Amino acid sequence: MAEERRFRSASGVPIALRRRQHSASCRELAVRGPRLQLRSLSAATSAVWLAAYGLFALSENSMVLSAAILITLIGLIIYLHFVKIDQESLLVIGSLGIQVTSSYASGKESTTFIEMGQVKDVVINEAIHMQKVIYYLCILLQDPEDPQGVSEVVPLFQSSKPRLDCLIEVYKSCQEILEQRKTAPQSS
Amino acid sequence: MVLKVFFPSCCSSADSGILIGRWISEQNSAVILAVVHFPFIPVQVKQYLGEVQHVSKVSVSVIGSWSNSKQEKEESLSEFLEDLGTIFCHEPWIQISKEGDSKFWSCSTLQKHSKNPQEEEIILVYYDQCKVMLSHLHPPLDTAGQRAEDASKLSAIFDTVARSQVLFMTDRYDEGPIKLTHWQSDGVEASIIVELLKQASVPACMLLTFLLSLVSGICRSRVLKFWPLSFLWSKLSTCEQLGHRLQHLQVISSNKKAQNQNQLMRKANIFVSLLIDVALGILLMSWLYRKNRIGHLADTLIPVADHVAEELQDLLQWLMGAPAGLKMNRALDQVLGRFFLYHIHLWISYIHLLSPFIEMILWYVGLSACLGLTVALCILSDIIALLTFHIYCFYVYGARLYCLKIYGLSSLWRLFRGKKWNVLRQRVDSCSYDLDQLFIGTLLFTILLFLLPTTALYYLVFTLLRLLVVIVQGLIHLLVDLIDSLPLYSLILRLCRSYRLAAGVKFRVLEQQDGKPLRLLMQINPLSYGGVIQTYRLPTYSCYPRDSWASLCKKLFLGELIYPWKHKGDKQN
Repeated sequence: MAEERRFRSASGVPIALRRRQHSASCRELAVRGPRLQLRSLSAATSAVWLAAYGLFALSENSMVLSAAILITLIGLIIYLHFVKIDQESLLVIGSLGIQVTSSYASGKESTTFIEMGQVKDVVINEAIHMQKVIYYLCILLQDPEDPQGVSEVVPLFQSSKPRLDCLIEVYKSCQEILEQRKTAPQSS
Repeated sequence: MVLKVFFPSCCSSADSGILIGRWISEQNSAVILAVVHFPFIPVQVKQYLGEVQHVSKVSVSVIGSWSNSKQEKEESLSEFLEDLGTIFCHEPWIQISKEGDSKFWSCSTLQKHSKNPQEEEIILVYYDQCKVMLSHLHPPLDTAGQRAEDASKLSAIFDTVARSQVLFMTDRYDEGPIKLTHWQSDGVEASIIVELLKQASVPACMLLTFLLSLVSGICRSRVLKFWPLSFLWSKLSTCEQLGHRLQHLQVISSNKKAQNQNQLMRKANIFVSLLIDVALGILLMSWLYRKNRIGHLADTLIPVADHVAEELQDLLQWLMGAPAGLKMNRALDQVLGRFFLYHIHLWISYIHLLSPFIEMILWYVGLSACLGLTVALCILSDIIALLTFHIYCFYVYGARLYCLKIYGLSSLWRLFRGKKWNVLRQRVDSCSYDLDQLFIGTLLFTILLFLLPTTALYYLVFTLLRLLVVIVQGLIHLLVDLIDSLPLYSLILRLCRSYRLAAGVKFRVLEQQDGKPLRLLMQINPLSYGGVIQTYRLPTYSCYPRDSWASLCKKLFLGELIYPWKHKGDKQN
């Protein structure tokens, strides 16, 4: 079953959290940020082209116009393919692992899969970012030598930055599945 | 505890039969490798599996049954399949059944000696057998050493499929007692071109080894080791590059088969890099010789050298006057200026002596561009070094003079304050000087101090010129290193067959139905391009920079000679 709720990100932008339960030990949590608005795209393009026309009027060189078009196209492609993240999702499969996916506006998806044996815990941490204190969810990875130690911290939802209420929902869902591995007697 | 079944997607439409694969008890997962169809004799199946186990060292066994019924569920078949569980006793016995064209399969386990009788959850993971078999899993780069013993669960699965290659050798056209379905059951794939290349590579390697032994024998002969020649070879970067390429050729032409993935990729990378290098070199050569461009180049070389010498002469005249409004010491200025001007005059004469031979030399040297683009770039760098040799000489003269002056000044400054450098103790000690020592010392100190600006200005100008030449040469060497170390074969593999270089896996959740097991699709997550370059970079012979910025500035200030680019063979000083 799937349900969707609206929250706000740390900077006040509206985001949506979608929860799907595929089976008793498999859950998918996706945080969707706002899509690229036509307004901001047209505003940016018009600003660049107005500047280019101004330069053209001053210098009488038509290369300025072609350079402006090229810059706009390449900049848009780079922005959509490498910068603008539409949706970040977390797929927790008990006894297999946790999969973190970021989907970009151009359709590209970058995925990381962390096996359950390496996951120590999922926690909410605080961080001081410029003048704000923000909360973020992170996965703690087990240190292979030291059973009590943490070898790495993997932060989640870094581009959408949900607020604490959204993070608590995600945290509760993850912990329900992570607890199942503690109750199972045979685990490696 | 959750049971994970890894099912190959090529067997989804196979007829009913029994499943063979590997059961990994510590992960509670079963990796299914193939389906054996009816009719079969259980003894023969066990014998066949024993042989496979012996060859591949993978504990393959019969782990369950598979029923694919086109119509409604057949009761007799399901009972028959359960009875099979008693013949091939395996704990737990996995039963997978598919009805008609339904996407949702039912999966159950039979546990005879089960301690916990509750229904355990089953996860069905589909995987692409061909891709998983060919793929190479790369561990995360920072923990490659530590995690080797604690092999991850996924690498066990990849390992199982990769090592069971012998199981996939029989296809359905073979006349054997066992009929299997796996990814190659429709016929073993092979490529004629690859087979031909493999056959041709053995004599080609032997020929190459023979030629290389001849060439290295000549290089190592005593004739070329006499002092002036060996000094020349060590200074020319072309010889370094040629030696590097010779080493590469030796690696490729060796008869030993590559032991592991890394060595194989390294050989392939060196081969492709050499090929592209030579192709680009031949392209460059054809461009240079097409409209006799090399002749034009040779014709412009002498005027360029003349122009550089004229610019230097103008610069020296400027320094001998009042450069930038500074007032120089007239006598020293004239001496230094005339000395350097005479040098330039000598240099111009030598260049003009050589001018009739330049075109011929350049024509023959240009032919060596067919050995590779890197060799051509190294030759260019060497030509620049030879043409600006006078700048290098001036830099050395200016630096030595300045260095002498600075050391003299520092030592006389200590005398001025009544101190002395103790060589034994490596520290400054106080010392009582005689009156005449103090007198002469102070006189010399004053002379050196007031002559310092003139020497310093000459040193500054020539150091800047030398640094300019060094930067240009450095850029050329950077390009050569880039071409040398780029793993082109790995990059092309990542572009065309991205599943071969795996950084990990990714799971996709397929359509679910209540009551049926969870269905996941396991796909290979390829290594990023940056990761590919980092893992498979070819080692080069130079490392930069030799000095950190702080020590470089200190050397410049004190007038010590700087050699910014170090080669791996150089001794540390």
